[in-house]
Amino acid sequence: MNSEPRVLVFGATSAICHEVLKLYAVERAHFFLVARSEDALAAIADDLVARGAKVEGTACYDFNDCLQHGATVVRGQACLGEIDLVLVAHGSLPDQVECESSSAATKTCMDDNFTSTAVIVQAGAQQLAEQSRGTLAVISSVAGDRGRKSNYTYGAAKAGIDTLLQGLQGRFSGSAVKIVNIKPGMVITPMTAHLQHGAIWATPAAIAPRVHRAIAAGRKVCYVPGYWRLIMFIIRCLPTGILARLPI
Amino acid sequence: MASWGGLPIAGADRIEERDWRFEKLPELSATDSVLPYGRGRSYGDSCINSHATQISTRRLNRLIRFDDEHGILHCEAGVTLDDILQVIVPRGWFLPVLPGTRFVTLGGAIANDVHGKNHHRAGSFGCHVRSLTLLRSDGERYLCNLQDNARLFAATIGGLGLTGLVISAEIKLVRISSDQMEVEDLTFSSVEEFGALSRDSADWEYTVSWIDAFARNGKVGRGIFSRARHAQNAQALKPGGHGSSVGVPFTPPVSLVNKWTVDVFNRAYFWRRSQKKGLYSMHFQPFFFPLDAVANWNRVYGKRGFYQYQCVVPRAGGEEAVETLLREVNHSGAASFLTVLKEFGDQRSPGMLSFPRPGLTLAIDFPNRGESTKRLLASFDQVVQSVGGALYPAKDARMPGQLFQSGYPELSDFIPEIDPGFSSTFWRRVQK
Repeated sequence: MNSEPRVLVFGATSAICHEVLKLYAVERAHFFLVARSEDALAAIADDLVARGAKVEGTACYDFNDCLQHGATVVRGQACLGEIDLVLVAHGSLPDQVECESSSAATKTCMDDNFTSTAVIVQAGAQQLAEQSRGTLAVISSVAGDRGRKSNYTYGAAKAGIDTLLQGLQGRFSGSAVKIVNIKPGMVITPMTAHLQHGAIWATPAAIAPRVHRAIAAGRKVCYVPGYWRLIMFIIRCLPTGILARLPI
Repeated sequence: MASWGGLPIAGADRIEERDWRFEKLPELSATDSVLPYGRGRSYGDSCINSHATQISTRRLNRLIRFDDEHGILHCEAGVTLDDILQVIVPRGWFLPVLPGTRFVTLGGAIANDVHGKNHHRAGSFGCHVRSLTLLRSDGERYLCNLQDNARLFAATIGGLGLTGLVISAEIKLVRISSDQMEVEDLTFSSVEEFGALSRDSADWEYTVSWIDAFARNGKVGRGIFSRARHAQNAQALKPGGHGSSVGVPFTPPVSLVNKWTVDVFNRAYFWRRSQKKGLYSMHFQPFFFPLDAVANWNRVYGKRGFYQYQCVVPRAGGEEAVETLLREVNHSGAASFLTVLKEFGDQRSPGMLSFPRPGLTLAIDFPNRGESTKRLLASFDQVVQSVGGALYPAKDARMPGQLFQSGYPELSDFIPEIDPGFSSTFWRRVQK
């Protein structure tokens, strides 16, 4: 990536994303930022500019208005020129128990964590295909690795993203387009503020450098913090009968 | 949410997070009150609101504007001084005042009007705050500076978080051309000699002294006087590491700080530092923040925690008072791991409850041994009060209300500026 990377960001106000963007700001990145809340987006843009970045443009809308995403990628490309990185970071954490009885909650979960992401990823990948280079990175979740009773609705949406990214990695294999799947474990953010935080929880600032390095290296999958790779390996190896009995 | 001293102080019943600077204060019932909480680096109960509500500012951690031509930085109150240094040092700027740890928030630095090793030249942190935005329980936001809402501005600097929630502030930075410090260490053998060195070093930007609180008999008051300035030759401008290199992983059941460990540490430290002759250079981080290298160093005091006692005494009678205190520490056999002495200058801060004032400031810490520690500190109070001195609320967990009132004569101007929805355990205690 060049010294002043050109970065198109969806979900720029997410706490993990902001910490990663700070690292690009130090490299004097040029950003096009997309988010849902105008006030929050302005606060993030101010911060990044103060840290040395240039914000070339912003867009604010409801991400479930999926027909806008293609046009946003085009606008981002027009503002930035060639795009080095498309970073997709938005999402929401539903209450699993609520999803079990509420069709609306299940639909919202899928819209926020799968449908909108999938549309953005396709549009972003298409742009990189036209350029024949660039990186597309998605902040997904360890939740997609295995269906667990405590959050399988969210997990199913993230597993869908996993499959989508695997397919894109195949499509672009051997080319200069890199597809990076970032899988955070438990991270202390506004999205998880209502949960009890224990020893395996990490802060966004602590995981951001690893995310930044994974994107630079074009790694296919990156667990953050790194110990989640081991945790999820074990969880993936568990026989279904045993997993079903665990309280996770 | 605890404070740095680890003393048994009841916590808040409700913790509220604020994610964005445009959000409102939490709703409060008639009997509830609220207090902002940054990183919990105050030692006692001034950052705690027992059985009530606290607002964490850790996510109000964004910069708003950095004018790197004129060195003016506007940021949210939950940004730490560490975050700020990471951004400004590579661009040739530095914070005008730095306390002994960089892991405090901007809001906390203002609320305690913190001071540093350059107080004699630069005054306290509040002297460099151009303006601040305060969110009060009436729902209004007040832009405060020396012209607008000037009384509220003066009350908020050093105001212990009681005047409202500081949302953001604009501060004036100073230029540096190198990340290195030029340092000189000199030994002294009495408080009187310290005074002479301090007067001779008035043109050095930074001065501070470490005192061997365990020196026996004729050696009471011996220590190392360090003076320093920013290196001038344009070198690297590296902000240094972001966190701590090592840490204390858990709290031992008893204090590891006792008279034997402190005696050995002090002798070794005095010997090592007294071997250094002439100027040497070091990065600013270990110079300003030696203890930040060890994460959670406060845990070495064990499960009962520790008290820090920091007083300021006027120049008239100050040296004698400091000597009396040092003799009492020595006599008591209570172990003080870090005893620091510094002369404050004449520059006053706008803050009504600002702690720094012309004179000598002495900071000593003690493992909490219950009543015997309290009795010792009460005897110090008498020495401090007899010469018209004051204690530092940010370090305090026990001073009597009457010592607070006599040490802060502008209290009557401060009280009308308090936000009726805000309170703290410290505040309720010193009202008694």
